[in-house]
Amino acid sequence: MAETLPAPHAVVNGEPYPLDAPVPVTDLVARLVPGSVVDGVPQGVAVALDDAVVPRGAWESTTVGPGARVEVVTAVQGG
Amino acid sequence: MSGVLTIAGVELGSRLVMGTGGAPSLLALEDALVASGTELTTVAMRRVARPTPGAAAGDTSMWGLLDRLGIRALPNTAGCFSVREAVLTAQLAREACGTDWVKLEVIADDVTLLPEPLGLVEAAEELVRDGFTVLPYCGDDPIVARRLEDVGCAAVMPLGAPIGSGLGILNPRNIEAIAAAASVPVILDAGIGTASDAALAMELGCDGVLLATAVTRAVDPVQMARAMRLAVEAGHLAVGAGRIPRRERALASSSPEGRLDLAL
Repeated sequence: MAETLPAPHAVVNGEPYPLDAPVPVTDLVARLVPGSVVDGVPQGVAVALDDAVVPRGAWESTTVGPGARVEVVTAVQGG
Repeated sequence: MSGVLTIAGVELGSRLVMGTGGAPSLLALEDALVASGTELTTVAMRRVARPTPGAAAGDTSMWGLLDRLGIRALPNTAGCFSVREAVLTAQLAREACGTDWVKLEVIADDVTLLPEPLGLVEAAEELVRDGFTVLPYCGDDPIVARRLEDVGCAAVMPLGAPIGSGLGILNPRNIEAIAAAASVPVILDAGIGTASDAALAMELGCDGVLLATAVTRAVDPVQMARAMRLAVEAGHLAVGAGRIPRRERALASSSPEGRLDLAL
């Protein structure tokens, strides 16, 4: 029966992201964009969790669990 | 020196605002930005790319580029079709870029790419209330521009022609009317094709010009960036100099007095 259930996951930038247990936003971003967190300070990256911005100061205390929708964005060429 | 452009109390040494879309590479973009003399440049907010082992930082270096050149970043909400999307994108940009300045775009559809005026005013009002310095990209309707100013925008940025069209300024009288009525800076945004368009924008009373495609997709972007810099400066100087009135008939520039009286 376990095989028929989908593995627990979040949706990160529109793609399934396997997650067994909740992880802090900081860890998720560090895994996703390795160079973007220097000395614990995010560089040029912002995060929305379920359509609400997670302020930088709350990255450690906010966790992303299975079922969450996460957007991780950065500045690119445009406009 | 063409003077400074002051937006929300911040003095910028150039009246040319640059966009960064369409450049073939960051290196080409860097040279063009330097040649343009700009001190304010737009960036878009997009999902970070999935990490690929051994790859360079990729587009995150856009951030580093502006930082290195000492250019203030103006995040935009390009690609947003609703108020909600635009507001969330602006909030993400504030976090990512560490600035509360935003070039607000609420686009009606992906064919015309024209601003959707009702959503634009609504989003502008919400962002102003949230502490943003809002520079809205709008149509050339003087009444929409007035509403945007009423809700507290720090500038208004009417289009000359559709984004990327290079058609110049299709409705110069409206641009002139917007510039004459506004008490915030007016920056002509979109439609510029070549240097004379930028000079005309300034002559119509605009305080600055924002352009991207005209430079980034020019055959020689660096040379076009320099042309735009000079054109904006020339147009601004011409306004300050006070142009001659237009006349129906010719007016001799040489005095008839002392003219030769030849029996020919």
